[in-house]
Amino acid sequence: MDKAASQSGLTLSDLSVYRRSGEKLLQVNAHVLPGRTLTIMGPSGIGKSTLLAAITGTLSPDFRCSGSVRLNDRELMQVPPEKRRLGILFQDHLLFPHFSVAQNLAFGLPPRTKHRRARVEQALEDIDLKGFASRDPASLSGGQRARVALMRMLLSEPEALLLDEAFSRLDQDLRARMRRLVFAKAEQAQLPVIMVTHDQEDAEAAAGDILRFPPPLAT
Amino acid sequence: MPETDHPRMGRPTKGPAFFPTLTLLFLLGPVLAGLLGTLLPSFGLLRPSGAAAFSLEPWTALAEWPGLARSLWLSLKTGVIATLIAFVLAVLLVAGWQGTRWFKVAHGLLSPLLSLPHTAAALGLAFLIAPSGWVARLMSPWATGWNRPPDILVLNDPGGWSLIFGLVLKELPFLLLMLIATLPQLQVRDRTNVATALGYGAVLGWCLTVLPGAYRQTRLPVYAVLAYAISNVDMALILGPTAPPVLSIQILNAMNDPDLGLRAPAAAAALLQLVLVLVALIIWKAGEVAGATCVQALLWRGARGNSLAFRALKPIGLSTVTATAVLLFSGLLAHFLWSVTGRWRFPDVLPQSFKTRTWDRAGEDLLFTGFTTVSLAFLVAVVALALVIGCLETEHRRGRAMGTGGVLILYIPLILPQISFLPGLQILLLLAGVNHGIWPVAVAHLVFVLPYVFLTLAGPFRAWDRRLATVASALGHSQQSILWRVKLPMMLAPILIAIAIGMAVSVGQYLPTLLASGGRVETLTTEAIALASGGNRREIGVWAITLTFAAWIPFLFAYALPALMFRNRKGMTNG
Ligand SMILES: Nc1ncnc2c1ncn2[C@@H]1O[C@H](COP(=O)(O)OP(=O)(O)O)[C@@H](O)[C@H]1O
Ligand SMILES: [Mg+2]
Repeated sequence: MDKAASQSGLTLSDLSVYRRSGEKLLQVNAHVLPGRTLTIMGPSGIGKSTLLAAITGTLSPDFRCSGSVRLNDRELMQVPPEKRRLGILFQDHLLFPHFSVAQNLAFGLPPRTKHRRARVEQALEDIDLKGFASRDPASLSGGQRARVALMRMLLSEPEALLLDEAFSRLDQDLRARMRRLVFAKAEQAQLPVIMVTHDQEDAEAAAGDILRFPPPLAT
Repeated sequence: MPETDHPRMGRPTKGPAFFPTLTLLFLLGPVLAGLLGTLLPSFGLLRPSGAAAFSLEPWTALAEWPGLARSLWLSLKTGVIATLIAFVLAVLLVAGWQGTRWFKVAHGLLSPLLSLPHTAAALGLAFLIAPSGWVARLMSPWATGWNRPPDILVLNDPGGWSLIFGLVLKELPFLLLMLIATLPQLQVRDRTNVATALGYGAVLGWCLTVLPGAYRQTRLPVYAVLAYAISNVDMALILGPTAPPVLSIQILNAMNDPDLGLRAPAAAAALLQLVLVLVALIIWKAGEVAGATCVQALLWRGARGNSLAFRALKPIGLSTVTATAVLLFSGLLAHFLWSVTGRWRFPDVLPQSFKTRTWDRAGEDLLFTGFTTVSLAFLVAVVALALVIGCLETEHRRGRAMGTGGVLILYIPLILPQISFLPGLQILLLLAGVNHGIWPVAVAHLVFVLPYVFLTLAGPFRAWDRRLATVASALGHSQQSILWRVKLPMMLAPILIAIAIGMAVSVGQYLPTLLASGGRVETLTTEAIALASGGNRREIGVWAITLTFAAWIPFLFAYALPALMFRNRKGMTNG
């Protein structure tokens, strides 16, 4: 514990999620270094999304969790979700439909950010969407939406990244590009990443540790 | 079990649930107080004179009311028959036509009629079927030979048939839309396709494969309709028999009588009305069993429902539902014509001359009453909205949806007859000396507005994608910020619809307005009903049209505003 506490990165110690009935879904012990990726794979319904919800602090009351989550020396379990500084991406990108593209990005900026408009303009340029500020998110292509969701998350200055099958709705070509973009940004900001995926290629591209559920039988 | 149990979202999940408690208080407080205020006087307690001793005297006095037995029978008969007819017709339409273009047309026609106030519907029907009404005019003199209005009793007939007619017209749209609302969850197309492939006719196939599931979900609305049909005052005052009237009218007359001695037997009668509704519900339950047995019997006999009799059911469904819409709209048109009529001789189908004097004369009065009505409705709807959003947000944060018990509680004010507890509430308000002004009326309206607002918003709020909250909180936003900046804006359309529905419910209330204010707060509904007995058709027309628009205009805003505000947001228009 002391050793983990002195490390930067994201540390899950005996993090377990249970159904309310008490049945245990998953238990994870892991340490993810800044800029590295932990890949979690397993059949659907096994509890991967639930595990990520335990990390973000948005676990539905149908579940419980125990164990600890440490992020750069902060213990997160008692911290409300909006103060945890974790970014999460889902496969549906989940842009807010009532906001414009720019408003979606501005929604991610921390409260005391200066020059908010300029920051949003710059962010749009970064993801090759210059001129898209006032667009309706529903009018974007899947790839564009994914980029906006990624940028919105990065603008909130997270200290770690969680990806819940974030690439699975994109077609092959787009998927590879989006993956490179996400990992490049994580590397650049030195963020630890936990990626949940079904896709072997995703796992290979991440080039980090892989946790498989259920664990392969020991031979 | 986990050793450490971390609080979810870093917040305590226990503690007083402020909004649900307050909502429950506003929903059931007046009902329970009213029941108590009915129960005590009916056993000799809580008398206006101050004397109080347990006695059965109110009941013996009640037993001597003229025509009591006949009143009881009339209430039961009109209520059960009207509900049965409306329900069967609704089923026939959905079973025979669902998925067709005709069905869409019928649906579109009936939707606005759902929020047509009962009073306006009843007055409209009265305009049509009165001896000098439109129907008689259309048939005279060529078919009937009448050159002057015949002296026959169509309205207020002693058998209560015009009341039944009016109840069917008004409740058919409601039951139909309730039935339609259950369909998306029932894989209707798959089920009926299987039935068709097995050789079943449309109506029987639907009744065998879809109806059981659909009925399970419409049961409570059906009970509410049944209870209303048996115990309503507004439609019965306009269309119902008079000598004797249905029980609810007898109670109302006794409550309004200057002789305070009639209050105690009236309270006893109000309890009797409650028993009558329970009896009707038991009869209906028995009918459910009988109906299910019939359907089962058809199944085992191998009936396919292709016989002529079954095939005839299909056109009956469509034609009666269309006729319902046509009649209700014609009633409104008749209101409007009368409101601008100068001279309109019998058997002419249209007025000879027009004038706006009736409107001019009603002018200020109409404006003031209309303003009172609409602002009261808006106030009540917004309070209901705040309570309901508070409840649904509490539910969301605790992750516990209210169970079937909660839904039952919502239906209590809709199933308990108004006439059984509002007189008691009036007695209590009188004793407490707070029977003045708009506030007691607002509280009484809230009881009936809350359930509709809740039932309207619960679906969209519960269907809201929780992951949006996860994303927003990961972006650093608190639960308050998520509620105000994400969830509520996304819910704008259902919220405005809920306000419009709540306002329509409030605008249409007769008894709560009358009793909670001791007759001192006048709304468009109470005025229209007061005019009904006078028989000045021009004035009735003016007030009924205004009443209808007071109930409808909020829907215009509810549909137009989100379309306008989110005209550039495609993601907001289809959900
Ligand atoms: N809100 C919920 N209430 C109850 N059970 C749920 C809820 N959400 C998911 N589940 C169940 O919990 C299990 C884990 O779900 P999830 O974490 O989404 O799995 P995964 O992401 O691995 O596919 C599944 O069996 C799923 O059916
Ligand atoms: Mg999942």
